[in-house]
Formats: sequence, structure tokens, C-alpha cells
Amino acid sequence: MSKVRVLVGTRKGAFILTSDGARKRWKVSGPHFAGWEIYHMKGSPVNPDRIYASQTSGWFGQIIQRSDNGGKTWNTPGSSAEELSGPDGTPKGESNKFVYDTSPETGKPLTTHQWYDGTQHPWEFKRVWHLEPSLHDPDHVYAGVEDAALFESKDGGKSWHELAGLRGSDTGPKWQPGAGGMCLHTILLDPSNPNRISIAISAAGTFRTDDGGKTWKPINHGLHSQFLPDPTAEVGHCVHRIAFHPSRPNTLFMQKHWDVMRSDNAGDSWQEVSGNLPTDFGFPIDVHAHEPETIYVVPIKSDSEHYPPSGRLRVYRSRAGGNEWEALTKGLPQRNCYVNVLRDAMSVDSLEPCGIYFGTTGGQVYASGNAGDSWKPIVRDLPAVLSVEVQTLP
Amino acid sequence: MIRVVLPPHLRTLARVDGELELEVKAPVSQRSVLDAVEARYPMLRGTIRDHVTLLRRPMVRFFACGEDLSHESPDTPLPDAIASGSEPFLIIGAIAGG
Repeated sequence: MSKVRVLVGTRKGAFILTSDGARKRWKVSGPHFAGWEIYHMKGSPVNPDRIYASQTSGWFGQIIQRSDNGGKTWNTPGSSAEELSGPDGTPKGESNKFVYDTSPETGKPLTTHQWYDGTQHPWEFKRVWHLEPSLHDPDHVYAGVEDAALFESKDGGKSWHELAGLRGSDTGPKWQPGAGGMCLHTILLDPSNPNRISIAISAAGTFRTDDGGKTWKPINHGLHSQFLPDPTAEVGHCVHRIAFHPSRPNTLFMQKHWDVMRSDNAGDSWQEVSGNLPTDFGFPIDVHAHEPETIYVVPIKSDSEHYPPSGRLRVYRSRAGGNEWEALTKGLPQRNCYVNVLRDAMSVDSLEPCGIYFGTTGGQVYASGNAGDSWKPIVRDLPAVLSVEVQTLP
Repeated sequence: MIRVVLPPHLRTLARVDGELELEVKAPVSQRSVLDAVEARYPMLRGTIRDHVTLLRRPMVRFFACGEDLSHESPDTPLPDAIASGSEPFLIIGAIAGG
């Protein structure tokens, strides 16, 4: 019988929730890395027991953790006894070394971006927001970081180097941080084209490479952001999340700061599909595992009131790829609920029927085993949830 | 032997209990002590000082013999009591929040 493993990152540690395919009884393990912020955990599609975790702290910086046994034990990659030192005897310990590429060989990576006050500000590494393991090699993994840049490791997380062409693209000086910082938070790897990667940055927008990360172009045509002097500018849009169905990688869905958007040409142009949503502000967006036109969002009241409208926690589902939305409320609190659902805190399993999961800043992780028709909390009182990823296991 | 006390989160990360005891060649300074810590426990690289600049992370403090030495030069010799091992070198996570 299939199993489900839910990887939950929180403000104060990681939790792993497991169930059989019935998804009715859950075991909770954790906190792992107690007291640390766990921005994201994600398993390799090739080897699901290989899980990467981003562990961060305002005091002690960034740590990368890796499990090779499904989360039972963890190690900082490259810190085993035989890997303690390099050929010259110097300690390696580079699994948390994220250094922006300033070499002349890789172009002319920028050294500044736009700051809140309009001046230019140096790029400063702060943390890894998102880890995206390769679709083909468990040792190959991408990291989206703050300040926005894309790194990759090809040795299981032991060392990292920047794909500097993204930051070195012409628009870089116009990127600016949103309220949450200037973070690269979404990485979509195209299953049909290994050279195509789409990423999203707050507040710069969406970018795509078609040559494996050497060169990038902004793909924001059709976005409209009223907070920009030019609302249709090439970059500067606060994209909160993008998602696609693996069988249709050219159809992208986006939850923007305001507006839910859709593209049917891999991001070359976007159309608004907010339709009848009560508010089109929100953070996560995800796609049903078996129905490429069924998508989910969690409407949030506004950019300053980060909670559901009227204190009613409602997931909205569109079975038409947008525009026509239905509220999913069964099992969710419908009064006095003022939590938020962050951008990386929704995920789906691939069982039948499709399971949908999301975590809240109030520490609840809700699950639906029937594509959103009804919901139950798996846990209610975790620290604020930063990320939720689901693995469907044989 | 030089004695070093890590903050609890870094003890967990390095998988150690209690104080570290390390051989450090003279002159004993913040830099030589931290070099020795990182050589023995490479998973701590980048958590106490920056990978590249080797500057102390902003919210980490170094105490010794009742003094805050955080703003001393990394190459200033540490007190004799640290060099002799009679007092520990303390690495502290700064108080923050409220």
C-alpha cells in the first residue's frame, strides 16, 4: 500500500508526518533541528529517501542538512570523517558556503541591486528559501536564496556554485526586496526539457532559462502591478508563487502579490484568472496531481492584513484553470481564524483521489484526501509553518 | 589544551557535549582558536564567522575571563588564562528579541 510523507518546515524546527495511503492516521516526528528555522525540505524524485533541508538562524547563518534514509537521520553534507579535510589538509565544510560568483569568466555578475530607498545596495547572502532536487540525479539540487540568486550543487549538497547568468541579466539592478526580503522562492524544472528552468523572485518577477541556466530572460509580459511606477514594467513584480502540472509544463499558474495569473506559453505572456475570488491576494498556488486544469489558492484579505477574509479559512479550487472558483470550507475553521498560509506551504500527493495539504502560521497542517472537498488537521499546534512538501511513496 | 564552550545550537550541530578541548599552537588568538574549532568540526564553518571574510557573525559574541572580546582584533593574543586552559573561551549567541 502506498504511503505519504509530509515534510513540514517551521519557525522552530522540522516535523515529518507519515501515514499509509488511507491518509487517516498520522505519525508525527520532530522537532528535528529544534529551535532553528526550517525554510524548506524536499525529497529527490529519483530517490525519495534523499531529502534536503534548509536550516537557518539569525545567529548562526545557513546550514544545509541531508538525509539518506527518509528523514530518520541527518548530516551536513561533506562532514563525515573521511571528508573532513581537503587535499592540502584544510577543512572543507562547504555545504553552507553560498558565495556569489564575481568571476569574469561567467559574465559580469552584478554587485548591487535596488534597495528600499531607491539606492543601489550590495548583494548579501542571507538564507536558502527553497531547495529543488533534480528530476534525474539525487546528487544534483538547486537552491533559491535571499538575496535573490540561484545556486546548484552536483555533489549532494557538499558544495555550491551560483548560476550567475540569472543575476547578471540586464534587469538585475532593478530588482528590489519585498517585505519578506529579496528571495528566489520558486524553481520549476521542466520534465520535458532539461534545459528549461523557470524561477520566481520577490520582488523582481519570473525568469526562464532555455539553455540550462547560462542565460535568462524575464517572463512577465501581461503582469500588472499598481505599486510600480510603470505597472507593466519588465521586472519588479512581486510574484508570490508559480506552479505547473508536470504533464503540461507550458501552462504556468501564478499567485502574484495581487492577481492570480495563467500562461499557456511557458510564461511568455500572462492573463489574469482571478475571476470570482473574494480577494486575489495570497501566497501559495498548486495544481491537482491528476487534473492539470484543477488549481488551488488560499485567498488572503490584503497585503497588510495577512489573514483570510472575514476570519474564514477557505481554500478556493478552480476546475477550469482559473476564473471560475469554488470555496472549499468543510473541516476548515469558518470563524475567528486569522492565520496566513505562506508561499511554500501547500503541496499535493499523487494518490487517487489526490491529496492536498497546507500549513498555517498558526501551526496547523490541514490535509484533504479528496481533492479539497473536506479537510482535517493532521496537527494543530506546531510553530508557524513555513513550508509543506509531500512525498508519495510506494 | 584550550577549552572552548559552544552555544547549545552549535553543540547540537557539532554533536558534542560539554566543552571542547583543542590543541592550539601559540600565539593563542581568536583566529587560531576558531581555526582549530573549524578544523575539528567543519560543519561549524560559516556559523561563527563568515566563510570568506572570516569576520565574526554579527550576532555571535566572544567572552573570556569575564570580558567581552568580540570587538578585539582576531589576532590579538587571548588572556593567559585562556592559553593555559584554566578558563574557557566562550562563544555566545547574542541576546536578541524581547
